[in-house]
Amino acid sequence: MRGLPPVLITAIVLVAGFALCAMQFPNIASTRVVGNLLTDNAFLGIVATGMTFVIISGGIDLSVGSVIGFTTVFVALAIERWGVPPLVAFVAILALSAAFGAAMGAVIHVFDLPPFIVTLAGMFLARGASFLLSTESVPITAPVYSTVSDFALRMPGGGRLTAVAIIMLVIVIGGALLLHLTRFGANVYALGGNRATASLMGVAVGKMTIKIYMLSSLLAGIAGIVFSFYTSAGYSLSAVGVELDTIAAVVIGGTLLTGGQGSVIGTFLGVLIQGLIQTYINFDGTLSSWWTKIATGVLLFAFIALQQGLVALARRPVAKSMGAAS
Amino acid sequence: MENSRDPAAPLLEVRGISKSFGAVRALQEVDFTLRAGEIHALLGENGAGKSTLIKVVTGVFPRDAGVVRLGGEEVAPRSAKAALGAGIATVYQEVNLLPNLSVAQNLFLDRQPMRFGIVRDGEMRRRARALLADFGLDIDVAAPLGNYSVAIQHVTAIARAVDLSARVLILDEPTASLDRHEVEILFRIMRQLAGRGIGIVFVSHFLDQVYEISDRITVLRNGRLVGERETASLPRLELIRMMLGRELAETTSARASAGEHKPREVCASFENYGKTGYVTPFNLELRHGEVVGLAGLLGSGRTETARLVFGAERADRGQARVEGAAVRLHSPRDGVRHGFGYCPEERKTDGIVAELSVRENIVLALQAKRGLHRPLSRREQDEIARRYVRMLDIRPADPERSVGLLSGGNQQKVLLARWLATSPRLLVLDEPTRGIDVGAHAEIIRLIRELCDDGLSLLVISSELDEIVTYSDRVVVLRDRAHVEALAGEAIDVGNILAAIAADGAAPAHGAHA
Repeated sequence: MRGLPPVLITAIVLVAGFALCAMQFPNIASTRVVGNLLTDNAFLGIVATGMTFVIISGGIDLSVGSVIGFTTVFVALAIERWGVPPLVAFVAILALSAAFGAAMGAVIHVFDLPPFIVTLAGMFLARGASFLLSTESVPITAPVYSTVSDFALRMPGGGRLTAVAIIMLVIVIGGALLLHLTRFGANVYALGGNRATASLMGVAVGKMTIKIYMLSSLLAGIAGIVFSFYTSAGYSLSAVGVELDTIAAVVIGGTLLTGGQGSVIGTFLGVLIQGLIQTYINFDGTLSSWWTKIATGVLLFAFIALQQGLVALARRPVAKSMGAAS
Repeated sequence: MENSRDPAAPLLEVRGISKSFGAVRALQEVDFTLRAGEIHALLGENGAGKSTLIKVVTGVFPRDAGVVRLGGEEVAPRSAKAALGAGIATVYQEVNLLPNLSVAQNLFLDRQPMRFGIVRDGEMRRRARALLADFGLDIDVAAPLGNYSVAIQHVTAIARAVDLSARVLILDEPTASLDRHEVEILFRIMRQLAGRGIGIVFVSHFLDQVYEISDRITVLRNGRLVGERETASLPRLELIRMMLGRELAETTSARASAGEHKPREVCASFENYGKTGYVTPFNLELRHGEVVGLAGLLGSGRTETARLVFGAERADRGQARVEGAAVRLHSPRDGVRHGFGYCPEERKTDGIVAELSVRENIVLALQAKRGLHRPLSRREQDEIARRYVRMLDIRPADPERSVGLLSGGNQQKVLLARWLATSPRLLVLDEPTRGIDVGAHAEIIRLIRELCDDGLSLLVISSELDEIVTYSDRVVVLRDRAHVEALAGEAIDVGNILAAIAADGAAPAHGAHA
């Protein structure tokens, strides 16, 4: 409903891009490639869903990449070195990351600090802590991992919808429902509109801030587990800079960086666009993979310019006067 | 509990409220009474204490003394939210809603109809439509609030407040950004709500609207209660006297001898000068050695005239001349270049730089005028600062003290010094005595006369009529953003000024002359 036009534009860009790629490489238009695209970007889709809530509420979370890195190291060590059952390790790391996010939210609210600074501190903290645990890559050999990696739903055309892709899709849909259909979601938009006003209108701003950053870190933790499934290892240097890819996906998806507008679906489309660019470069084979970054940069720039244009349009007073019938 | 209550008892009773900010006494033992079902106008000039009173009653500011009773029971809300919970809602000129949310979400934020943890969107929209229909609005409630006019946003804010079972509704300047038709709709809604027994406090500086809508008027001046009257039995002249004047007897004697009538040279003149939607074109001549006072109510166009004259606002018609030569005044820079100086009303925000020292504040305009490549040496700066600290008797006499630590009167003198250091030919002073204690008050007035005797031309805005009468050689009276009357010599007295402000009905739409 809200923010539909930017989402529509993102969708058009995705479809047009996909069509262009498919014209050059017809093989791209197959469930096999689409399945891989979803799998490769599963962790990004999960963490970007959380980031969408944060950015719509007028904040930013720079710590998510580090939280993913920490999670992979923690999970790998817990399972391989400390002999913790995988499920227990998962529950522990999710509790830990949720607490971490809640703490950042509390600091932001109580001390009235900019989220940028607080989550920047969180980023260094989590990254540093993961180096403290281990500086080298720890392979995970637990049977659960091979089971999960092997699990996939067959799609027509031979594509595989893997377990991690399914987790991502469930989280994206769940996130969209949470954002658009619940009181919590409405309050997220309210916070992004104007914190002081939202507070005057009865929104418990402090609790909301804590919950939003908790959600973001929790999803970063899930993304970390998914990432460890994807790589079958834990490494303290994994997912460096992912917070920026995530923010890019959210913005390309039509969410205003200043908050108050956006959607989870748009973010999902933004993730797919980034994945599509990567896929194209893989197919081409001659291009450096750094072209992904350049293309993302150009797209990001185009979308921010577009949003500013839309905002400027929206600011123009609409000639709707009261009691027009008279 | 209902039956024990006296039916004639007031709905909202404010008794003996006092509030100080530091040394400034913003409210002194103010009483205010609102009855159920009445529309009560709260009036006063800038700094009279209207906003402070509202904020104290609604818990935004803690109060120093006094009680607030709502329906006979004492209430002491600690926040606007608590006040709303108690039944006192405020709708400010700047609508406190969220433009990025839909109209329906704004009406029902944090209290949406729910089922199984899901907001019942359809039900919420249905209720929103029904609620707004009561106010004669039929709009798409799913669209973002920001898409609609300020008037609709106001009505939405009122609808939300009323639906939150407000018994007292405070409307702070609700009509300031509405057109005539929208004002009528708002008034219809206000009458309808009053008919339901809601007490409405109406803050406005549009006197025509006050007379049209209100049952009763309470006037504040300088943080004190002047009086409460029935609107129907209060002549307009009397009302304006309550808002502006002190006792007439006191003021007439204060007029200084403006006996000497030697012809003076014109310093700056403005012909048919104005800006559409800002100030109606006016003619104004400012002479050397002469003080011109601008009188009028808040919002009458005084500050606007001053800003046009200085160049802070760009005129879209008319011709300005300085010493007879046609000039363009498109920016404050132009004004400074032609030797104008401007001390704005909001000293704290538009004038002084609180963190800088007295010396730095004084040399600011002079340095700006000289340009970056001709810096004033520290020795020159010290000398200038010392000279003006002595000349204007700025206390404490320490040029290195931060201006923020000085009293209001001394800050005003620093501002004056800043412009005097540029040796201006014309100085525009907007409310130079606002928020200054009585002693410093007299001193500033004496300074104004002295500067004038030195050949400076002054344009002074003041709400204190007896003050304007004391130092002005000519007085221009403004009403509804137009210059409506010019008084000179013997004609300058408080009574004549009040009469010109109060003269109602067909105000001349075309430019008046000064």
